[in-house]
Amino acid sequence: MDVSLLFPLGWQHYLIGGLCIGAAVALLYLFTGWIGGMSSVFSSTWSYLVQRPYFQQPRYTGTRVWRLVYAAGLVLGAGVWWLFWGEGEALTTGVPVWQLLIGGFLVGYGARLGNGCTSGHGICGLGSLKKPSLYAVLTFMATAFITANLVAWVYA
Amino acid sequence: MNTTPTPAASPASHLLVALLAGALFGFGLALSTMVQPEVVLSFLRFQDFGLALVMGGGVAVALLGLQLAPRLRGRALLGQPFQTHAAAWDRDTQLGAALFGIGWGLCGVCPGPAIAGLGTGNWALLWALAGIALGALAQGWRADRGHPAR
Repeated sequence: MDVSLLFPLGWQHYLIGGLCIGAAVALLYLFTGWIGGMSSVFSSTWSYLVQRPYFQQPRYTGTRVWRLVYAAGLVLGAGVWWLFWGEGEALTTGVPVWQLLIGGFLVGYGARLGNGCTSGHGICGLGSLKKPSLYAVLTFMATAFITANLVAWVYA
Repeated sequence: MNTTPTPAASPASHLLVALLAGALFGFGLALSTMVQPEVVLSFLRFQDFGLALVMGGGVAVALLGLQLAPRLRGRALLGQPFQTHAAAWDRDTQLGAALFGIGWGLCGVCPGPAIAGLGTGNWALLWALAGIALGALAQGWRADRGHPAR
């Protein structure tokens, strides 16, 4: 079977990138015991500004510092890649602003309601062998497939 | 009146690990081009299966670390207890996962790439970042109204 049919842009960078992401989560856990899902940083950072009880839960106020530092690391690491392996100009996207904003809103709302995103349920949850995370991954993959194809169909 | 529970201070060594682990995570997201919404959307449209490799590779290594570490040691290397990932398959998780997928399919951006993508100078992702932040705010606000004691 022709691999380039499945991976028209090559496959190595996907696999190596994935291994880096897994190693990041594993190392964070091994050294600190913390589980490094990404979506919590949004709720925990709001805890600095919003005094409502939901945001003042210890799971947010007690983790907001390291989660922000972890997020800063994310920008730093992507910046290192861009400096040394990027093509010298900033990346852009052709996805329309309304899709980024409204899609982003649903991503934020859904990830926090469902207590996890692609990294929280996907990498960390599956890595913790949690069945609810497996169901969550299958659910968001299904609705994402449907939505992405529906949008492509509407544009066509 | 301040009812905020005092957060446990995280020593600098913990924060340094968080920064380095975050950097490795962000490097992986950029190298695997997951910071580009078009690549994510092409996976969701069955044109490029790369995201499955990213996810598979990530889960494989995370699985190794998350499963082995607590079996080999009672505490993390820097002395704290190992946390566990709390997850329940309840209505909130079902609805949340479904909504998350709809949003992800619409914009091709999830929380990690929305943050990491800024390191590649992709300022358009600030729109997605703002959307995610507002969504998280709305969720917490609504959660308070539904469960005032929570």
